[in-house]
Amino acid sequence: MSLPAFATDMTLGARAHRVAAVAGEFADRVDREGRFPKEAVDAMKAERLLGLQIPIAFGGEGASMTELAEICSILGQACASSAMVFAMHQIKVSSLVEHGSESAWHMDFMRELAARQLLVASATTEAGIGGNMRNSICAIEIAKGAEGDICRLTKDATVISYGLHGDAIMVTSRSHENAAPSDQVMTVFRRGQYTLEKTVDWDTLGMRGTCSDGFLFKGEAPAAQIFPKPFAEIAAQSMLATSHLLWSAVWYGIAADAVLRAQAFVRAAARKAGGTQPPGATRLAEASNLLQLLKANIIAGLKVYADAKADPDQLSSMAFSIAMNNVKLASSETILTIINQAMIICGIMGYKNGTPYSLGRHLRDAHSAQLMISNDRILGNTSTMLLVQKPDTSLIG
Amino acid sequence: MNETIRELLARVGGLPVAVTTLEDGADLYAAGLSSFASVQLMLGLEEAFDIEFPDALLNRRSFASITAIEETVSQILKAREAA
Repeated sequence: MSLPAFATDMTLGARAHRVAAVAGEFADRVDREGRFPKEAVDAMKAERLLGLQIPIAFGGEGASMTELAEICSILGQACASSAMVFAMHQIKVSSLVEHGSESAWHMDFMRELAARQLLVASATTEAGIGGNMRNSICAIEIAKGAEGDICRLTKDATVISYGLHGDAIMVTSRSHENAAPSDQVMTVFRRGQYTLEKTVDWDTLGMRGTCSDGFLFKGEAPAAQIFPKPFAEIAAQSMLATSHLLWSAVWYGIAADAVLRAQAFVRAAARKAGGTQPPGATRLAEASNLLQLLKANIIAGLKVYADAKADPDQLSSMAFSIAMNNVKLASSETILTIINQAMIICGIMGYKNGTPYSLGRHLRDAHSAQLMISNDRILGNTSTMLLVQKPDTSLIG
Repeated sequence: MNETIRELLARVGGLPVAVTTLEDGADLYAAGLSSFASVQLMLGLEEAFDIEFPDALLNRRSFASITAIEETVSQILKAREAA
């Protein structure tokens, strides 16, 4: 009987941890140089993580949002930029999975994405819309081509995360020349079908490896690549929830690693202190408390999503939007408090770069959380809905 | 009811087009109804018809067109009569 000496652990967790090991090794360099985390993304492809969410029938693994969130958290503990690239890709894939199964082109694209591990980027922001991705200025133009209708689009996209590194970009626009700003569609453009002319540099405080430069996007593709559903529905039913949940999972990962470092610091101090409580110990207990709150908040959000998923009416209900908004608000704010606590615990060793307790990158990356869809905009949005929505006051319902 | 809805839509809908040009079945979101304006519209309807929208009806579909709004409001009024 011959068995291989080493069986590779192919559970999702093990695959994610192997990618995280690569991501962690390059995290500081990616951050310092503000470059794309190529090694980590190559590892994601090698472990076949990019097509996880695609249904099994299309060659993927049909992974759930909860499983994807766990991977975001594992990656987030190693390199937040890599984790965010993974999260943003999966958010785009969720639109394909949820809204692409009625279109032959999008089904073929899902198969190819799973088979070839294609990385998908997103162009939803535009100069002049004031950060509201539910409005577009640019309009898609449809024309007769030799082999069916073709679509053309030019967009002044102020942010396209990892735009130069994606194999495809999903781009929003008005649905036709005379459409209202909120009457939008989303189109998948594949590499080779567009050009990107860089207009804005991504030189930022944190999340430096996402390379979210701005570009003038110009694309032309078969019109079949336009999603058959209005973008309003895609945004409400797949993008909003998956963004808030997967981002939160990445942020949890950053905070969890910060607490781990603070705990290691306190433990080392306790060993030297010979019986007396080290100074950071109480703060560590507080940070651990907050981390648990953060975790409970995200898990509760994932459960709400799983329960609502089967029902489009529930997915587009106000109660659901408010729940997802609240997950995002709470996690984006709590991580800053937690990492700050960890920084106070580790003191100068946390403030300095290049120590086992360094927290500078964590803190800088975490500051992006309140701005990725501004918390002020989300609060405004929730407060509007609360004018008519009646909250469910049950504890477990 | 149709008139009241159209009146409200004209007042709080913030649409870039005149409400009179819209068919009853026209997609209001495609016509430019924002989520903020749709809430203002709901508040106006609650006031005008002395009703409260139950949570289950607070979704995009209930307010997608003038016809959909008529159906939503009628459904609530009918449920109240039955009670």
